[in-house]
Amino acid sequence: MTGADPEPHQPVLDPLALHDIVRAEGRAVLATLVRTTGSLEIAEEAVQDAMLRAVERWARDGIPPNPRAWLITTARNRAIDVIRRERARAAREIEATRLIQVGEEDPVSDTPGDDLLRLVFTCCHPSLSVEAQVALSLRTLCGLTVGEIARALLVPEATMTKRLTRARTKIRVAGIPYKVPDDHELPDRLPAVATTLYLLFNEGYAASEGDEHLRATLCHQAIEITDELLALMPGEPSLQGLLALMLLQDARSDARTAPSGELVLLPDQDRTSWDHRQIQRGVVLVGEALRRTPDHPDRYVVEAAIAACHDLAPRYEDTDWEAIVSWYDVLLGLRGGSVVRLNRAIAVGERDGPQAALDELDAITDLASYPFWWASRAEVLVRLGRDDEARQAYDAALRLPMAAPQHAHVEARRAQLRSAS
Amino acid sequence: MPQYAAIIYSPDHDWTAPEQGDVMKEYMAFGEAAAAIIRGGAALYPTATATTVRVEGGKGGDIVQTDGPYAETKEVLTGFYVLECADLDEAVKQAATIPGAWDGAVEVRPVIDFGM
Repeated sequence: MTGADPEPHQPVLDPLALHDIVRAEGRAVLATLVRTTGSLEIAEEAVQDAMLRAVERWARDGIPPNPRAWLITTARNRAIDVIRRERARAAREIEATRLIQVGEEDPVSDTPGDDLLRLVFTCCHPSLSVEAQVALSLRTLCGLTVGEIARALLVPEATMTKRLTRARTKIRVAGIPYKVPDDHELPDRLPAVATTLYLLFNEGYAASEGDEHLRATLCHQAIEITDELLALMPGEPSLQGLLALMLLQDARSDARTAPSGELVLLPDQDRTSWDHRQIQRGVVLVGEALRRTPDHPDRYVVEAAIAACHDLAPRYEDTDWEAIVSWYDVLLGLRGGSVVRLNRAIAVGERDGPQAALDELDAITDLASYPFWWASRAEVLVRLGRDDEARQAYDAALRLPMAAPQHAHVEARRAQLRSAS
Repeated sequence: MPQYAAIIYSPDHDWTAPEQGDVMKEYMAFGEAAAAIIRGGAALYPTATATTVRVEGGKGGDIVQTDGPYAETKEVLTGFYVLECADLDEAVKQAATIPGAWDGAVEVRPVIDFGM
């Protein structure tokens, strides 16, 4: 091993803090290594190895003056080892030649941001399935292990290993380029990136089972990556909207769960425990995005505007339902969909009363297998005093698959009904 | 003399894997036996590497690419080109100009280079 010798620079840190530092650098280091080695597989293996060495070495000797350069040099040396080991295999010959050539150049990219963009656009390439994009992004951009990804997405680990291998093979064999799309291609390519990043965020935010810490990490990583992307593509409205939406939803995350683990819905949340700094940043971003694209806002900008309406109300009763219904109308024009109509119906109910909501809900005819359509219908029927029908609707919701906390919530609502009647 | 494209439907082989040796030998035998009439052809990577390209809304419309091979049964294989392109992005762009892309779909699959 010929990695640059770290000079003792800072006092020795505890392993957990060290892990965080190494993980934070990992993304940029990987992005550069994929470019210099021309292989995602080799880069991943080399970077993982360099990160392990870093934790070991830095705990003993302190953090080197330029941690990223240390990691890149160490990973590159490791990559050359890997290539030499694999050289016997004829299929790797071409990659080996390529690496040995680039091995001579300065390993530290002067444009690390471009490498990150390359990595993001490669992982979110439209020729990969959305499942593959999400899995690959969790692995390369968030630095999760295969086991963690499997747990986060509730898939068996063997399935996840296969999915990742297939995606890496496709990138290599089909020749998915490691590059940032040209400006004129961006409108076609950015939506896939935004979708994948939002799925990453949602895996953390909406997933109701699995490792609590892992889910929080996912949300924060998704926010961090989107933030980095926005810094690299300043003023890009869809990224502004996406980041705003994530910030505005994440700001409420602590208030969403009671200490007992129960789900707390918007009307009952303690709004003082919302992250108001994050809300403020989200609101500013929505405003900027709307000023840039007043006539054709991106779907994430509109969804962020809806989240902002909720976040800005001091109390639930103060919510501006008129504005929210209008934003849902805009959203319906952009992407349609019955779930959007369902959410709009709930907002209409808050504005015009339960009968209006019921009319809207009954006009949606294709959500009979969606538990939250039934649950929403039940809530409206309760408000109308039609308890028997409400009970039937709760039962219909409870027969459909739902995550545990949501199921428990609907069950509790039904139980309240029984005691009241 | 007319030319015929022989499109091979078979289990999804990975021709680069060593365990395909026996089948490969048979293909090589065919290649020698039929050398006089073979005008061109290619061994393809497995369908896991395929991308299917469609142009929606007629010529010049939106290019939609999806992971995986073309699997509909309504249309049948009506021909194939071997295109030389820098990377998958260029191949998709070119494939989207083949009339089949709006008449049906075009499957883009990397061709194995045996270095022969």
